[in-house]
Amino acid sequence: MFTQETLRQVHEGRRQWETEVEKTIEQKPERKQRFSTVSDLEIERIYTPEHILDLDFARDVGYPGTFPFTRGCQPTMYRGREWTFRMFSGMGSAADTNKRWHLLLNQGETGLSTAFDFPTLMGYDTDSPKARGECGKCGVAIDTLRDFQTLTDGIPLDKVTTSMTINPPAPILWAMYLVVAEKEGISWDKIGGTIQNDMLKEFIAQKTLMLPPEPSVRLISDTIEFGTKYVPSWNTISISGYHIREAGSTAAQELAFTLADGIAYVQDVIERKHLDVDSFAPRLSFFFNSHLDFFEELAKFRASRRMWARIMRDRFRAKNHRSWWMRFHTQTAGCSLVAQQPYNNIIRTTTQALAAVLGGTQSLHTNSLDETLALPSEFAATIALRTQQIIADETGVTNTIDPLAGSYFVEALTNQIEEIAWEYINKIDDMGGMLVAIERGFPQSEIADAAYHYQQQIEDGEKVVVGVNKYSTGEQIYPPLLQMSDKLEQEQIARTNETKRTRDNRRVIQTLNDLRAVSKTDKNLMPYVIEAVKECATEQEICDVWRDVFGEYRESSVRL
Amino acid sequence: MSLRAKQSARKIRILVAKPGLDGHDRGAKIIARAYRDAGFEVVYSGLHQTPEQIVNTALQEDVDLIGLSCLSGAHMYLFPRIVELLKANKADDIAVVGGGIIPEDDALKLKTAGIKEVFLPGTSLSEIVNWTRANVKPHHYAERD
Repeated sequence: MFTQETLRQVHEGRRQWETEVEKTIEQKPERKQRFSTVSDLEIERIYTPEHILDLDFARDVGYPGTFPFTRGCQPTMYRGREWTFRMFSGMGSAADTNKRWHLLLNQGETGLSTAFDFPTLMGYDTDSPKARGECGKCGVAIDTLRDFQTLTDGIPLDKVTTSMTINPPAPILWAMYLVVAEKEGISWDKIGGTIQNDMLKEFIAQKTLMLPPEPSVRLISDTIEFGTKYVPSWNTISISGYHIREAGSTAAQELAFTLADGIAYVQDVIERKHLDVDSFAPRLSFFFNSHLDFFEELAKFRASRRMWARIMRDRFRAKNHRSWWMRFHTQTAGCSLVAQQPYNNIIRTTTQALAAVLGGTQSLHTNSLDETLALPSEFAATIALRTQQIIADETGVTNTIDPLAGSYFVEALTNQIEEIAWEYINKIDDMGGMLVAIERGFPQSEIADAAYHYQQQIEDGEKVVVGVNKYSTGEQIYPPLLQMSDKLEQEQIARTNETKRTRDNRRVIQTLNDLRAVSKTDKNLMPYVIEAVKECATEQEICDVWRDVFGEYRESSVRL
Repeated sequence: MSLRAKQSARKIRILVAKPGLDGHDRGAKIIARAYRDAGFEVVYSGLHQTPEQIVNTALQEDVDLIGLSCLSGAHMYLFPRIVELLKANKADDIAVVGGGIIPEDDALKLKTAGIKEVFLPGTSLSEIVNWTRANVKPHHYAERD
């Protein structure tokens, strides 16, 4: 990108400048021996054209909406349409969550995102002994279609897109959405949304576990195939780095493991379903974390699009440019928030959200200030939503596309993160792919090591957490917190019992038997899940069929 | 118990456990490693343990402390249930501490219910290790040999 003459001058100038710097440092040393990112990548004092000698504008940067999409997926990006303000939300009963959804939509939220409670996430009904104490605590409790109808009451499913963070039971919750749309007379080509449906990162990080890896991947390929044929605007998977990062990975590990998971899914659909890559790849979506280190994050986002475009074009020979582009949702880093001086969390979330926007995200969730203590209160959730709206409407960062392109530092960091991520992907390929790598515990141990390393840096004061290891006051500040009713669990069990009493139990048994029979074949399971859901089979009744047919996956204890 | 363990000074033994359906194990794993590096003997339960499973493991491993981590909000049922089960097994000399996404009001109630200490997000590893050294003593293992 630079002439030889320019580079000569840059080099000469830098040498002179460094001589000056050395003198300055002798008199007054810098604050630290070593400056590094949150992921502990060392950062240099200054970046110049010499750091991006190999950068080729057309090949590596280019234009938004064109290969390699470094600058964004759409040609006009936020000048055409803002990212979707999509607040992850769910608590208590379906009615409680429906009320919060309407509140957020009234406050200008533009997309829905569902947080389920742990029994729902793990495929248990509220009355399961394993679910004791969990009902509605970290999300909404859904046992049957009737709960789901309450959840979506008054929500225009043909106008609002809905994301559902659900993994092992994803086919079931998606089936509920499809059935509700059908009952409301909205055809499946008019609805849009996302199911997370990414089991590989569950084994690596989030650990909502049900079936062993092989049948887990089969269920995912079934949903991708079904969506491709019948629900064309639905994202049937959200390949997620968020939880990998929350579990303590570095930025480059988050990127690498997410892309390696993506490669595994594409491979499986092609091999298992014999689908043409361009028929389903445009509906693959992604989900990343936006952590504290501003430049590291936005460089990661830029690198992620470029890498996926290359993977799809060069590795899978995709021809449709929509198969090349990576669309992603971002959530600010929950793990970066602390209980001490909780109002500071607003500021952390703001800079993280800004990095996501400058990195070109398609939708965004901003965490609430009180999330280290409880589920978000209305007050806290509204501030979090307003944070996005202020960035969108007041800061001016949406005026131009990818404004940090061409920064020597940003381009060099984008390259550097990409390089580290390729190294990981090559290593995983050499092992035989992500399923093998997970069985060997490779990503898991890399993440655990990075998490421990970061925690030790905090302990040593090398990394600062304001209010914790610096500027600590010892004063306890408690924001007003969301209180959940103690009666929730009993009320939910009563509702589900009532559904079980009033449904056609003969039909339920029939549809579950059909599902069981088909689960043993390689036919697509979605139509059978939909039939069972229509008859108000509970989530656990369906999952128990699968646990029975495929076996259960469990983690064992370890002596350290 | 091995002869070697009997002859040397008994180390504090800790079970780091994940009760309930919550899968957030970053904190639990970090604490387990920090305890190990501080010279304690540590067992990590793995995920998705019922209170009964945790108490059984604690008894089998003859631990001095159970450290619970729960980020799902189910701590008000799960933590006191473990204390109850220890009492029922006449093993309430095993101390129980916890951490996670826990509001202050709940932390106070948990302490009343017999949880010795509750550590909130942001607590440093050295605070937890120091608290443990100051408040937990190894059992005289002969008692339960």
